[in-house]
Amino acid sequence: MEPIKTHNGLVYPLPKRNVDTDQIIPKQFLKRIERSGFGQFLFYNWRFDEKDQPRQDFTLNQPKYKGASVLIAGDNFGCGSSREHAPWALLDYGFKVIIAPSFADIFYNNTTKNGILAIKLSEDKVDYLLNQAEINSYILTIDLEKQKVHDELGFEADFDIPAYHKHMLLNGLDEIGITLTYADQITQFEQTYN
Amino acid sequence: MQQPKTIIEKIWEKHTVVQEPNKPDLMYIDLHLVHEVTSPQAFEGLRLAGRKVRQPERTYATVDHNVPTIHRSVIRDEVARTQMETLRTNCAEFGIRLADIDHPDQGIVHVIGPQLGLTQPGKTIVCGDSHTSTHGAFGALAFGIGTSEVEHVLATQTLWQSKPKTLNVQIDGTLGTGVTAKDLILAIIGKFGVKFGTGYVLEYTGEAIRNLSMEERMTVCNMSIEAGARAGLISPDETTFEYLRGRRYAPEGPAFEKAVSKWRQLATDEGAAYDHTVHLNASEIEPQVTWGTNPGMCLPISANVPDPALIENKEEKASVEQALAYMGLEPNQQLTSIEIQHVFIGSCTNSRITDLRKAASVIQGKKVHPSVRAMVVPGSFTVKMQAEQEGLDKVFKDAGFEWRDAGCSMCLAMNDDVVPAGERCASTSNRNFEGRQGAGARTHLASPEMAAAAAIEGRFVDVRQVAAPTV
Repeated sequence: MEPIKTHNGLVYPLPKRNVDTDQIIPKQFLKRIERSGFGQFLFYNWRFDEKDQPRQDFTLNQPKYKGASVLIAGDNFGCGSSREHAPWALLDYGFKVIIAPSFADIFYNNTTKNGILAIKLSEDKVDYLLNQAEINSYILTIDLEKQKVHDELGFEADFDIPAYHKHMLLNGLDEIGITLTYADQITQFEQTYN
Repeated sequence: MQQPKTIIEKIWEKHTVVQEPNKPDLMYIDLHLVHEVTSPQAFEGLRLAGRKVRQPERTYATVDHNVPTIHRSVIRDEVARTQMETLRTNCAEFGIRLADIDHPDQGIVHVIGPQLGLTQPGKTIVCGDSHTSTHGAFGALAFGIGTSEVEHVLATQTLWQSKPKTLNVQIDGTLGTGVTAKDLILAIIGKFGVKFGTGYVLEYTGEAIRNLSMEERMTVCNMSIEAGARAGLISPDETTFEYLRGRRYAPEGPAFEKAVSKWRQLATDEGAAYDHTVHLNASEIEPQVTWGTNPGMCLPISANVPDPALIENKEEKASVEQALAYMGLEPNQQLTSIEIQHVFIGSCTNSRITDLRKAASVIQGKKVHPSVRAMVVPGSFTVKMQAEQEGLDKVFKDAGFEWRDAGCSMCLAMNDDVVPAGERCASTSNRNFEGRQGAGARTHLASPEMAAAAAIEGRFVDVRQVAAPTV
C-alpha cells in the first residue's frame, strides 16, 4: 500500500447522496480474480450507455475533470455491498482522496486498507466544495499529518480521523504484518478459549 | 452488583485478544465464510506473502454469487468459471472445506451457515459479503468485510475492530395477518432511513421480534446493512435453541444442553443501556413495496408513489425525482397500479423453506399472469430437496414458475438471471439499487407472499385481499 501524507489534486464533484457500491462498480465486473484493472469500469452504468459509448451528460466524462484525484460526494457514500472492488476501481481510476458528509462503514474500512483517504466534512463544507468544483477547475490540498483540507482561495477545514487509520495511511503499512507480531497473544487466546 | 450488559458487549468482551490505547481492539473470529467473488485476491495475497490459513477448520467455503441456476454441468461464462475454479484450487491448497457446485450442501452462504448449524449464538462470524448480518438472528455478532479483511482473517483469525455503538430497535405489538418479517424490516428502514444504523450494531428487541421464527429473524437481520448497520442481532431464546438442536455442526447430546445453558447467559441483561433506541409498533405495519432506488424508498401497499412537488428539502426532492425517472413511475401513482414483468423469489433474504411454503400457499391452484416471467431460486440444495419432498416445486411449476437450482441468482444478476433494461421485477431480495438486477432494470422489493401475488395479478396487490389468510 502506498503511503499518503499530503495530496494536491483536481477535484471531481458528484453531488449525489447514497451512492452505493453497485453504482461505483457494477456486478458484471466482479468476476476478475486480480486486484488491478478495475478503473475502466468505475461508475460504469453512469459513464457508458447500452452500447458502451461514453455518456456526455455524465460529468466525469467531461474533459475538465480529466486527471481528477479528489472525489467530493453526497452523504452515505459507498453504502450497500461490501465489494472491495469499489475502492480498487476508485484508486485505479486515479482517486486518492474522497470527501463526503458520511461514509458507509464497510466501504470506509475498505478505503483505508487500500491507501485511499476518506474524509468526513460537514454538509455545508461539502456543498461549498461541490459548488467550487462545478464552476472552476478546482484544486484541493489535503494534509493528513495536520488533518487539514485547504484550497488557494482561503478555504480551510480540519477533519477527524481515527488515530489508527491515520497511522496506517501515513505509513502505508501492511496490517497483516503488524497483526502477526501479536501471534503469541493470538495463540495464547486460542489455548484458553472455548 | 455487576453492571447489566447488552449481548453485543458480552460477545465483544469474550472475543477481545488485544486491547491497547488509541487502537481498535484485536477481535477473535469464530467462523469465516468464504465465497468465490470476494476471496480470490485474498488467497493470492497469502500466496505472495508465503502465509498460511491460520484456522482452516474455522473457515467454510461455497460457490453462490455467480453459479448458474440452470444447466449447471457446463458453465459457459468463462470468467465466472475461472472464479469458481480458483476457489476450488484455493480451498484445496489451503485445506478449507468447500461445498462446491455439485455438493449437497451448496447454497447461498447465509442460508447454508444456519442450516448446517455452523451459525451459533455468541459467535463472531464474518464473510466477504455485506449480508453476513443475517447470522445475527442467532445472537451471533456477524458482519460483512472487504477482501483485505478476508485476507487478514485467513492469515490471523482476527480483525482490528473499534467497539461499535449499540442501537436498540424495539418493535412492540404484533404483526397483523398477512404482514411478514420482510414487511417489518422494510418498514423499519422506510421509517428510520438507509443510514440510521451507520456506526452501530443493531439489536432487535420487543414482542414482535420474540414472536418471529428463526427464518423470519434471518430476514430481519439480513437487511440490517440496508439500514447502514454492519451487524444486527437478536438475543437467543428457546426458538433459537430448538432450531439448532440436531443440526450437523451444532453440539450433540449433553454438550448441546451445556451449550444452551451458556447461550442463555448471552441475552441482553435487564436494564442494560444502549447508545440509542428507536421504537416501532408492529401492529401499524402493512405489507410494503419499494418504489425507488434504495430500500428506504418504500411504502405500504395502500399508498401512492411520492410527489416531488410536495417535498421542500432540495436534496430530498432531487433524489425522489431521480428515483422516479429511473423507475419510470409517475408522481402520485398508486402502488397497486404498477405492472410488473418479472418475479424473483429467492436471495439470502427470502429463499428458505418457510419463504417457499408461504409463496406457494398464495399461488396454489393459480396461474402466473401471461405477461410475467416468474422464477423461484431456492437458497440451498437442501432447501430445494425439502421443497420437492413437500411438493412445492409442483405448485410453482403448475402455476408457471421456473424452478431453479440454488444460488444468489437475480438478486445481483452476476449469472444469466438478469432483468432486461426498462423492465420491472417484483423481487424478494434486499436491494433495489439502480442496475442491481441488470443494467436499466427496475426492482421493487417485497415479501415472498406479495411477490407471489404480483406474479398472479401482473401488478402489485395487497396479498391480504387475494389470498386466504394462511400467511
